[in-house]
Amino acid sequence: MIDRRNFIKIVSFGGGIALATKFTSDLISQSERNDEPSSGLKAKRWAMAIDLEKCEQSPNCNKCIVACHSYHNVPQFDNPKDEIKWIWKDYFHNAFVTQENPYLPKGMKHQLVLLLCNHCDNPPCTNVCPTKATWKREDGIVMMDWHRCIGCRYCVAACPYGSRSFNWRDPRPFLKEFNPQFPTRTRGVVEKCTFCAERLSRSQMPACVEACPSNALIFGDLDDPSSEVRKVLANRFSIRRKPELGTSPEVYYLV
Amino acid sequence: MKLYDGWKITIGLIIFTGFFTLPIWLNLTSAESKVKPKLVYPEDAKECVEAKDYMNHFHMDLLNRWRDSVVRMNVRYVVRNGNILTHNGNKLEMSLTLTCLKCHSNKKNFCDQCHNYLDVKPYCWDCHIEPKGGSR
Ligand code: SF4
Ligand code: SF4
Repeated sequence: MIDRRNFIKIVSFGGGIALATKFTSDLISQSERNDEPSSGLKAKRWAMAIDLEKCEQSPNCNKCIVACHSYHNVPQFDNPKDEIKWIWKDYFHNAFVTQENPYLPKGMKHQLVLLLCNHCDNPPCTNVCPTKATWKREDGIVMMDWHRCIGCRYCVAACPYGSRSFNWRDPRPFLKEFNPQFPTRTRGVVEKCTFCAERLSRSQMPACVEACPSNALIFGDLDDPSSEVRKVLANRFSIRRKPELGTSPEVYYLV
Repeated sequence: MKLYDGWKITIGLIIFTGFFTLPIWLNLTSAESKVKPKLVYPEDAKECVEAKDYMNHFHMDLLNRWRDSVVRMNVRYVVRNGNILTHNGNKLEMSLTLTCLKCHSNKKNFCDQCHNYLDVKPYCWDCHIEPKGGSR
């Protein structure tokens, strides 16, 4: 004979199992999970080369910056303290602090250099992120996940290149137009260049690369000896920003 | 045992209980809630990425999976049986703005209906853009 106690135990246990099975089977949708076929542009190691000579020929050209910032809904703040930037310009002596010397060619000294996240091979910014909101992908892109960023700004402090900006204010009122292809950010997250990861996955080149009328930005796979970046790096002398820090920056400047 | 003023107390108790449980009676007699979410479904699209019932209950799980897939795993398109799904010839992205809101183009008549009814406040729209220029 089952006593009342055991009966209740058996019934509630069985009921629990039945409910759990129902919920899990409901949770499994028709679409598949991780075995999707790959799509978009792929590389073992994305990198960029910037041709400073070509940039110098049109010093007032800002097409790459405008293209990037309008594509990614980067706001324009009036107060420089609030500034958000993914790609910007600064003088050679600021960009290459350790390579500056008093006898550089005249033009170079006062030249404006295009700056962006270097997608370092050994990125200090990702090591300090407590939530893995920023991490290095297998193809070398140092990615941002704004869903996870808690705005602690450790990464801002860790990056030796000033590549990261913090949203002190709600960016939306400071955007004249929205690009629906890309989200905006919200107050309290950090943002930076992502090498246009979203465009690469749609088989498009980065917005800045596409916008440059003189092909001064060369983007490709460092692991592939026949890629355009590798070829141009093999033919021209190039420098990187603060390589002595051991971050192994992957944006190369052709001088 | 004698209850002094028994009938007064009894009537008082009945009135009190009646008042106290008034919301229950009102709800029971009116049978249906007065405010109801009114979802407007798109006219030109007949199919969703998942069954309607699944979407009703689990669209938030689907969106979370889409988010992880696109942002963290670099897998952008919706795949079924090994093929990328398409809609009007375009590959379907796992994207709230570019896929869901393509058909359900009016957030107020769709998302907001149930969210307001249930008083849930998802913060998707703090960043993701709602169609038609979409400032909040
Ligand atoms: S440049 Fe700065 S933000 Fe970019 S990967 Fe290197 S350390 Fe990180
Ligand atoms: S601010 Fe965001 S991305 Fe940077 S370290 Fe903190 S959580 Fe990570």
